[in-house]
Amino acid sequence: MQRRPFLKLATALAVAGTIAGAASADTIRIGAVAPKTGGLAGGAAVTQWPTIALWVDQVNADGGLTVDGEKMMIELIEYDDQTNPGETIKAVQRLATQDEAHFIIAPYGTGLNLAAAPIFARYGYPQIAVSAITDQQPELSAQFPDMFFTLGTTSALAEDAVKILTDMREAGQLGNKIAMVNVADAFGIELATVARERFAEAGFELVYDTSYPLGTQDLSPVMKAAKAAEPDAFVAWSYPPDTFALTEQAIIEDLDVQAFYTAVATPFPAYGARFGAAANGNLGAGGVNPDSEAFQAYATAHQEVTGVAPDSWASATTYASLEILQQSIEAVGLDRAAVADHIRATTFETVLGPMSFANNNSNEAFWTVGQWQDGVYRGVAARGRDGAAEVQLKDGWGSDS
Amino acid sequence: MTLTASDLRNLVLAALALAVCALLPFGGSGYWLGIGVTIVMFTALATSWALFSGPTHYISLATAAFFGVGTYVTGLGFEVLPFWSLIGIAGLIGAVLAALVGFATLRLSGVYFVIFTLGLAELVRQVITWGQNMTGQRGLYVLTDITEAGIYWWLLGLSAAVYLGGWLIGRSRLGFALRIIGDDETVAAHSGINTAFAKVMLFMVPGAVAAMTGAILAPRYVYIEPSLAFAPILSFQVVIMALLGGASRLWGPLVGVIPFTLLLESISSNFPNQTTLVLGVAFLVIVYFLPRGFVGLLEDARGGLRKRAGGMA
Repeated sequence: MQRRPFLKLATALAVAGTIAGAASADTIRIGAVAPKTGGLAGGAAVTQWPTIALWVDQVNADGGLTVDGEKMMIELIEYDDQTNPGETIKAVQRLATQDEAHFIIAPYGTGLNLAAAPIFARYGYPQIAVSAITDQQPELSAQFPDMFFTLGTTSALAEDAVKILTDMREAGQLGNKIAMVNVADAFGIELATVARERFAEAGFELVYDTSYPLGTQDLSPVMKAAKAAEPDAFVAWSYPPDTFALTEQAIIEDLDVQAFYTAVATPFPAYGARFGAAANGNLGAGGVNPDSEAFQAYATAHQEVTGVAPDSWASATTYASLEILQQSIEAVGLDRAAVADHIRATTFETVLGPMSFANNNSNEAFWTVGQWQDGVYRGVAARGRDGAAEVQLKDGWGSDS
Repeated sequence: MTLTASDLRNLVLAALALAVCALLPFGGSGYWLGIGVTIVMFTALATSWALFSGPTHYISLATAAFFGVGTYVTGLGFEVLPFWSLIGIAGLIGAVLAALVGFATLRLSGVYFVIFTLGLAELVRQVITWGQNMTGQRGLYVLTDITEAGIYWWLLGLSAAVYLGGWLIGRSRLGFALRIIGDDETVAAHSGINTAFAKVMLFMVPGAVAAMTGAILAPRYVYIEPSLAFAPILSFQVVIMALLGGASRLWGPLVGVIPFTLLLESISSNFPNQTTLVLGVAFLVIVYFLPRGFVGLLEDARGGLRKRAGGMA
């Protein structure tokens, strides 16, 4: 009677072992670890999981991946890391050793990607990281030779936003006064630090500069104080919840600025849906070229397969990372070292255009700033990408204009 | 201090068990080594937690605070100081922090203590975030050549030290004082025991151990930021594991940590989309069927065997 819990546990473990070993020979096992619960689950549910589902669906509808001349169907093995680096480590390890995954899709988020990097490196898995923006590519690629970076650098994101505002000022569209706020968390602090220096170099006056704690619910005091400083432009290095909350408050306060910037999650479809006409002219981090045929085909398929629209920044980059993985496997087979070498040496055709990893394993062509223009989020600044739209002036909040 | 024959036998057996555990990295399975790291990590945390909370019945939710402080010690210092010294420094800081918290709160009754320790992780996290915000410092990248096996051995050594420390405290005047405090604090005070001092002394043990655990694990996480280093879930996991095992025995948390880690692993791999849900249900079931933890289960089983043996004789 009392031994039953142990028996159940032993049975569960035995079942786990059997399932793991039961995969057949003509499938290719692809592992995926990302948050389904915890702090980053919301972002992963927009950017990471639907694009993975779409890719697997498309490849399998096509008969599978072509490996050494034969078609292999993808068997996707998903794990929830609960936004906990310890769980990410365990799940990647499980994929590598128990499930014997042929390849593993990079996790979601900077911290979780880096926690997993030593495991990817130990078992020789190439790690094409997307949602891991950092300025440390040289150090990281030296430590983890098969880790690749696709979404750009922290500095580029902040510098290009400053540059957009500088260009607007040179064109006589914008005054000299900036109100800047940031979320007091790693990425927000990094961006604000870079931006503060660049604004000073560009001769802007920071009339308001403050931070708020991660998870702050009520941002109305922040917006009231920013408005009282009478800025010409408002810049927030924000995370998804505060991106929405600050925009909400700006509408309530009827903040009168010529440029309005919020960072992460501004390119989410939910942002455009929530604010409608009031979002018009709002700037945000990252972008895409929505007019490119490749992106439109991807967005249409994303909507059809997953029932939701992709975001206008990292979703397509996630898809590009999977295209790169696919093209490399089809070129050199299942040898992971050869796949990593192939990624290093090749220029890939992706949904975003050509992508390569010549320096520090880093893709150097990426979007940095975008803007909502008549219901569409368009890239307005990029490094090495064509098709940037003209920046528009922010003209009120829609209701009275 | 005198050792009886059974003390000696237990010490020899524990040393043998430790030696066997130390061989795990040579087994060649990275998967089981990874599970092993999780088990020794929670063994150190839960056992040191139970050293304090078992006799005193104070529920501490401060593990994440000390753990996070430890990760930051390594994150800030690994480029200038040797790794072993960082573990020591983390232990010292953890002990001092625990002493400060203890002096502030352990004079109060249990419930204030629980709330304060829960808030402590958030408090320390906000202080560090504030410091980063002031200095414009980014998240910390801990790039070292410390391997998983190295981390495992460090944690195993720490766990062994916790066991030895717990065993010695149990035999000491301090341990005796704490058992009296746990039974009735008023009686203890009237017997001339400085109850606040005794509790603070003992609270420094889990503080130091959790900080050292964080310091040892920082290289494994590679990237340190406040939201990950101070994740409150850790504090709750430690309490759950210790109570699942049973906090009344030194070896109690261990028999909670091992099945819980394996159960968590089994649930995570079999129910990737409902991990948290299934975990919650499993926990309810455990509490319902094993109210006294695995310690109670094992002792019942042992009692049953004895009775049966007695009946046959």
